[in-house]
Amino acid sequence: MARASIIKSALPWEPNAGHPPTPARPGPLHYFTHDENAAVEAIVDRLIPPDPQTPGGKDAGCAVYIDRQLAGPYGHHQGLYNAGPFQKGTKSQGPQSPVTPAELYRKGLAALDKHCKDKFGSKSFAALSDADKDAVLHALDAEQAKFEEADGKVFFDQILKDTQQGFFADPVYGGNRDMAAWKMIGFPGARYNYLDWIDRHNERFPLPPVGIAGSITWTPKG
Amino acid sequence: MTTKLPHKDVVIIGLGWTGSILAQELTDEGLDVIAIERGPWRDEATDYPPNYVQDELRYRIRHELFLRPDQNTFTFRNKMNQTALPIRTWGAFMPPNGVGGGGVHWNAETWRFLPSDFVLKTHLTERYGANFLPADMTIQDWGVTYDELEPHYDQFEYLCGTCGTAGNLQGKIQAGGNPWEGARSRPYPNPAQKQGFGHTLWAKAAAELGHKPFPQPSGNMSRAYVNPLGVRMGPCTYCGFCEWFGCGNYSKASPQTTILPVLVRKSNFSARDNCEVTRINLDGSGKRATGVTFVDTRGAEWEQPADLVILAAYAIFNVQMLLHSKIGTPYDPVANTGVIGRNYTHQCMSSVDAFFDNKKFNFNPFIASGAIGMCIDEFNGDNIDHGPLGFVGGGYMGQVQTGGRPIQTTPVPKGTPRWGAKWKEAVRDNYLSNLKGGSIHGSMYSYRDVYLDLDPTYKDRFGRPMLRMTIDFHDNELKAAAFMTEKYAEIVKAMGAHTVEKHPRKGPYDITAYQTTHLNGGAIMGTDPKTSALNRYLQSWDVPNLFVTGASAFPQNAGYNPTGTLCALAFWSAKAIREQYLKNPGPLVHA
Amino acid sequence: MRKLSTALGGIALVALAVGASRAKTVDQQNFALIERGHYLATLADCTACHTKPDGGKPFAGGRPIETPFGIIVSPNITPDRETGIGNWTDAQFDNAVRHGIRADGARLYPAMPYVSYTKMTRDDVKAIRAYLATIPPAHNPVTANRLPFPFSIRLAMRGWDTLFFTPGEFKPAPDKSAEWNRGAFLVTGPGHCGSCHTPKNVLGADESGKALQGGEVQDWFAPNITDDKTRGLGRLSVADIVALLKTGHNRVTGITGPMAEEVEDASSHFRDSDLKAIATYLKSLPGGGGNATPLAQSDARMQAGKAIFRDTCSACHGIDGKGVADLFPALATAPSVRSTDPASAIRIVLRGARSVATKQEPTAPAMPSFGWQLKDDQIAAVLTYIRNSWGSAAAPVAPKDVGKWRSKLANRGD
Repeated sequence: MARASIIKSALPWEPNAGHPPTPARPGPLHYFTHDENAAVEAIVDRLIPPDPQTPGGKDAGCAVYIDRQLAGPYGHHQGLYNAGPFQKGTKSQGPQSPVTPAELYRKGLAALDKHCKDKFGSKSFAALSDADKDAVLHALDAEQAKFEEADGKVFFDQILKDTQQGFFADPVYGGNRDMAAWKMIGFPGARYNYLDWIDRHNERFPLPPVGIAGSITWTPKG
Repeated sequence: MTTKLPHKDVVIIGLGWTGSILAQELTDEGLDVIAIERGPWRDEATDYPPNYVQDELRYRIRHELFLRPDQNTFTFRNKMNQTALPIRTWGAFMPPNGVGGGGVHWNAETWRFLPSDFVLKTHLTERYGANFLPADMTIQDWGVTYDELEPHYDQFEYLCGTCGTAGNLQGKIQAGGNPWEGARSRPYPNPAQKQGFGHTLWAKAAAELGHKPFPQPSGNMSRAYVNPLGVRMGPCTYCGFCEWFGCGNYSKASPQTTILPVLVRKSNFSARDNCEVTRINLDGSGKRATGVTFVDTRGAEWEQPADLVILAAYAIFNVQMLLHSKIGTPYDPVANTGVIGRNYTHQCMSSVDAFFDNKKFNFNPFIASGAIGMCIDEFNGDNIDHGPLGFVGGGYMGQVQTGGRPIQTTPVPKGTPRWGAKWKEAVRDNYLSNLKGGSIHGSMYSYRDVYLDLDPTYKDRFGRPMLRMTIDFHDNELKAAAFMTEKYAEIVKAMGAHTVEKHPRKGPYDITAYQTTHLNGGAIMGTDPKTSALNRYLQSWDVPNLFVTGASAFPQNAGYNPTGTLCALAFWSAKAIREQYLKNPGPLVHA
Repeated sequence: MRKLSTALGGIALVALAVGASRAKTVDQQNFALIERGHYLATLADCTACHTKPDGGKPFAGGRPIETPFGIIVSPNITPDRETGIGNWTDAQFDNAVRHGIRADGARLYPAMPYVSYTKMTRDDVKAIRAYLATIPPAHNPVTANRLPFPFSIRLAMRGWDTLFFTPGEFKPAPDKSAEWNRGAFLVTGPGHCGSCHTPKNVLGADESGKALQGGEVQDWFAPNITDDKTRGLGRLSVADIVALLKTGHNRVTGITGPMAEEVEDASSHFRDSDLKAIATYLKSLPGGGGNATPLAQSDARMQAGKAIFRDTCSACHGIDGKGVADLFPALATAPSVRSTDPASAIRIVLRGARSVATKQEPTAPAMPSFGWQLKDDQIAAVLTYIRNSWGSAAAPVAPKDVGKWRSKLANRGD
């Protein structure tokens, strides 16, 4: 937390000021176990399946994104109001659960694993056929499959949200690898100056996307 | 143990828009002023530079520039017979924190209220009769008129370099502007911003339907500008990362880009950041403020004595401060007595999503600014005859899409699966050819059972009772929402959309659904101390050396963004302090 | 090389002066003299070295000054009798300012720009003394210089002065205008611009024939301020230069780094006529040549630099490099962009920079830091691109130079 300071006479400044994002790097998992990660990769690849033009959730890095997010402040509800007493409220009163995203994933993935092994004869989610995976996910979404140790619908909504957010977020967070999602939709990314395009109505913007970490065009070739 | 600091003439609680305006005005008067801000110092190069501020996840989804609920939150319920529960993560609104306050991450839509808005009770009663209004509607006149505020609207607009096309110049209606607006004394300081394809087409369709579209008044600069204080801004580059984000290239009006560079240089001004005021201190009589107590980041407690206290902490925190400091009688909705917490309002927003043929329409939604857009004001305030309609109020509506950030702006037509191959395909096919969130900015009038008070169960981090919000929509607002949504949908259909999805606001008021951060009321201005907390100069009826600035003064909300009006009021209040109060400290109005 | 007899004569004069009255000769009622001295002290910017930043007492010294040879600490020049110059005679003061010799006879280091101040007259220095005598005395004992051996040996300065110091008051050029001469006096005399803006040889003296063509100072490069069209003031008008010195900003550039302090303390307080004179003089100095050919746009560095520029720098500096007047430098025309030594540009890109605030131009826009975002070869590419675009040319920037500065600057706090 920043310290209190007195502001007087001049606008504050120091060199190298600012808090740029810490890039998520591929490599060892920060939160998931190996098995959990395998399940998450399989889920995200069904939520966003691969097609000839655009990678699916797995190759887009959505599982990496979720792993890093859960290991960080988002995963344990940092900054949110987490004190009790906890009571169930009306829908309009919003989330009232002490369960953090990290806990929800741990419990939800365990429950999913148990569910699949019970239903599909000792197979984990990742080992199912695509059609069976989709069936399980549909059932969770429609509240037809009930988990014991976790709320299946809440878990499904959480992973759906995280997958889609990771897909479209800046690649610096681990998802949207190579800006694949942005290329898919035609979003130019972290650009800042469109003064030469505001008047060009109904024309396709031609420049490729750029992320906070730049693009390959930024490095001199050779 | 509280350490007492050397005396200052003025202590200002909060260094956002109104805190900065009051500090600038009162230091010009020669007073020794200190501002105490709960959050951190914020600045372009150190907090939102244009090489990493374009980060939707960090700023829009994770709310990095906003207050953390664990530092301060509220409890919420719809109805008085429910138990209020904590707002654990922000949804319906995002309270600001830090120097610049909401002025850092607002989208700079800079409106004036209508003349009738300021005399709403009188006006509506005269036109429709007292029985036309719902029995539990508690709207009031403000005690100040549009004409009195006009020079101060002008002052704020020239401070900010507001960009627009005047619609009413000294009574003469001007083509291309808002024909419904109150008369302005002179044109905007800068021409309107340029508009994108979607905004332009919408305006064309609206005009063909007989409406009078005009560009939204914008605090994003249409050209480089130097304001009357000598502070400069650059031209907005339509980056599409406006509201929720700080502006990385000095082109959005904010305290940082209009006032602070000049204010900070003055020898009679200083500020403390990361210090939270916990209480306004009163003397034994309870009628005079002696200063404030605040807490720094180490938890140490300090007392800042001052002769004049300006409470400029943002609407809802103003009310919280007054309740915790035991200033003014708390509102009791059952007995209908008291003033602190009464007439609390938010906004009633509706929207329409539209989908177009992607072979014919490319809207480049990512090329936009925060206050770009074409609007119509036909359905705002009392601009139409509400007699046959059965409700009062309304709002401006417009195609005001401010960006195409993909996490939030990848809609798919209703009926598309939420995930899977079909979802992915629909996202891809509709991104460039949809108009998401066409905006209907409905007013919210005040009601007996919509109010603020202290929660009986939940405590804040200092162990004090949390502020409790009791708020739900009333039929009046929902009827207005349904009516206006139909009007908006007509326009979008006329543009050539193949699919139009209407999203009129429906009850109950949902704390998870974002609806602007235009929280108003709770410490309202008025002419009668029995039904208002402040007089027409924003001076507390109970403690004459306390002035409370911000939208907490609004007796009800109008169909516009509030910043223009609350800043005009701040200038108006500052003028009264400089020309009247300082010469003769004491109540400026005797009720 | 002066004749020994003259040197002895000089010492004799000093001895006579010491023998004269030690009492202050300042007439405290002579406001005109004090005001004149105040203005001259502003022109000479004494406070920049002799006042510690962040709350130091005015002129009480103790400020560490970076030199290529180590740190020198400025002495206390308040009238304090014990730790300041309260006991000095006017002649001793004059000897220090215009001849580089301390009251105790020891040589001053040329961090004290006596090589420039020599151009002032005795009366000028007397006025400065009169002004300094009105400053509240501050008890502030300043420790001896912290230069490492062998630079710590002041006696060596005798030899340095013999080689590199030509004392003498300013002599106006009869064929030039009064305004030009005033400018020449201000720049080469009290303004001591050459202290930073003239390149130095290994012994810390001005390189001959290169006056005001740019120099290294405190890990910045003080730019060429001759009329050089590419690297100097050639594309700025007199009015542009006046605006820059007076307000810290003009239509193509803004001031940052150590010069910001100069603007705040000194040139923003100069009379407009003096600013115009300075600008007139500087514009009369012919620039070192160079109609160099820009790097081809197809060069790999230019291609990468162009992409970086369009994708990020253009947010403020504009897609066309023209910036915004008095706010964001026009990289297409700003002088220091094409300096022979790109140290300042590298530094600004790596660490960010805040431009100066003055009463007329309070905005003080700041550039963010890119060091975390761009690698050495990328910074080299984008700087190479902006130096060779929009009708200009300059030597490309090498990635290893960026790397060198990245390490060198890592421990600086400013």
